[in-house]
Amino acid sequence: MASIKTQFEVPGKMKTWSLALIGIGLVALIAGLVTKGFSSDEHEQVQFWGKLMYNTIFWTLVCNASMFFICVTTLAMGGWQQSFRRIPEAISTMVPIFGAITFAVLIYVVVGHKHHIYHWLDSEAVANDPILKGKAGFLNPTFFIIWTTLAIGLWSLLGWRMRQISKEADEAPMDNEKGASYIWRNTIRAALFIVWFALTVGSTIPWLWMMSIDAHWYSTMYSWYTFASSFVSGMSLIALWVIYLKNKGYLELTTQEHLHDLGKFMFAFSIFWTYLWFSQYMLIWYANIPEETVYFKHRVQGPYKGIFFLNLIINFVCPLLILMKRSTKRNYTLVTFMAVLIIFGHWIDFYQMVMGSLSKEHVTLGWLDFGLLSLFAGLMIFFVGRALASKPLISKHHPFLKESVIHQV
Amino acid sequence: MAKKKFVVGCFDDEAVLFPAVKKVRTSGYKIHDVYTPFAVHGLDHALGLRETSLHTAGFIYGITGTTTALSCISWIFTRDWPLNIGGKPHFALPAWVPIMFELTVLFAAVGMVLTFCYLCQLAPFVKKHHFHARATDDLFVMVIECTDKTNTEDLQAFLRSNGAVETNVQVAEDGWWLGRYDKDEMPFETKETVAA
Repeated sequence: MASIKTQFEVPGKMKTWSLALIGIGLVALIAGLVTKGFSSDEHEQVQFWGKLMYNTIFWTLVCNASMFFICVTTLAMGGWQQSFRRIPEAISTMVPIFGAITFAVLIYVVVGHKHHIYHWLDSEAVANDPILKGKAGFLNPTFFIIWTTLAIGLWSLLGWRMRQISKEADEAPMDNEKGASYIWRNTIRAALFIVWFALTVGSTIPWLWMMSIDAHWYSTMYSWYTFASSFVSGMSLIALWVIYLKNKGYLELTTQEHLHDLGKFMFAFSIFWTYLWFSQYMLIWYANIPEETVYFKHRVQGPYKGIFFLNLIINFVCPLLILMKRSTKRNYTLVTFMAVLIIFGHWIDFYQMVMGSLSKEHVTLGWLDFGLLSLFAGLMIFFVGRALASKPLISKHHPFLKESVIHQV
Repeated sequence: MAKKKFVVGCFDDEAVLFPAVKKVRTSGYKIHDVYTPFAVHGLDHALGLRETSLHTAGFIYGITGTTTALSCISWIFTRDWPLNIGGKPHFALPAWVPIMFELTVLFAAVGMVLTFCYLCQLAPFVKKHHFHARATDDLFVMVIECTDKTNTEDLQAFLRSNGAVETNVQVAEDGWWLGRYDKDEMPFETKETVAA
């Protein structure tokens, strides 16, 4: 294994590109802040903060999905991911960074009393509204701030602990006993993360951050739906990095077989996402209760109609038809194309989830959205590249590494 | 159906089987089949078998199911017997999606099982020759088809030199037949074997 390149060096081109994306994004951000964020018009403010919110939340959850992937495969005693495990690890280092931005934005919205975004912030309205009063135990600024702090803090902390233990596999070979105890400690740390993940991403956090924009409306599917969205984008992001590093001549141990499995994840979770999308939609459509259909009214029949169905085509029809074939999942070009498409599709999905509730009359997908997308993509490329370069690409003494080397689908 | 002459080599290890398959093929012998106790990853590739078309068949069965469900329900609910169900439109697509999905799965699953049985020539009363009873237990059984010019002694020696633990020559029915096993083709009957 001596000949294998294990040390990633950030290519100059990648640095330039990521800085360029960040530059474009910053210009858009500042322009947005000046024209909308500090505008005296409430609607313009809502536009700006709403767009910032869905972008930050999207990227935080997508990067957090990487740590979820590591923990799930660890708990399942999976070995196949070892040859590229450092990539999800590097992506998950974005959780504290994006988490901090999300935290700042959300806290600003709550403390700054932006009740045009979160209606439940308006205490006068809540006092006269039996439904909001009933939800006040959950939807109140104190709980929001505490739970958001805890969520982001613990994702970062537990993820950091998973990454710390991963370093040990670089140092010295392990005998059976040491290997077994290493795996056991990995399992414990992964389980802690998963429990916290279930309590936050799997349930409360999407309710709190996004569903509470429609404070009267609720759907028990919502969190799973958000999770599916972020997980399938997270898998696509991992696949993109794997392919990028393969093209640069790294990751010799990662082959088409691993790519095939990543492709299966992208395919399967696109279907899972659709399943949740449809379950949420059909139950509301069938019952046809005004309290519930209010969420879909302007999305299906109003100005969001195009985006709503585009969402379904990009995130369901395309993955279904294109990723179904075995040969597609083993083809680097097609997987790259699908990964970019899926990430874009779910970004659009987050757009309509947040902005569809904030600006019901007009679709305002424009320069600010794409500017912020470019900002966060640039940040992600820049910091993930740095994180990849900071550690060897393969933890060569991990007890399960051989399983990954001989992995076959 | 015709009887043919086969040389059978038995291996007790996957790791020995693969190089042996490769050598036998590069030496120009025609491998009739390899019988294994479990599905061996990559063996189809090593044998040079073409990719199965079972998934294409599955896809076609699936879309047949979808179309059947959609055309059937839509005809019933809009033409044949329109009912007012909860004030919904007659063409109530979302409500039909679960049924379309179920029929897709049903058609694909049943169709693929039947196609699989057809491709493997599995059916009630269809019998095939068993080359070695332990192929269902712990032996990897490689069967090589002989031509007029095949020297069976040489071939057996060649197989043994490549790790076969047991070799023999069998004259057996090539295809399948209906009915029951013939007395002299009972799978569990001992055959003359040459130990390695």
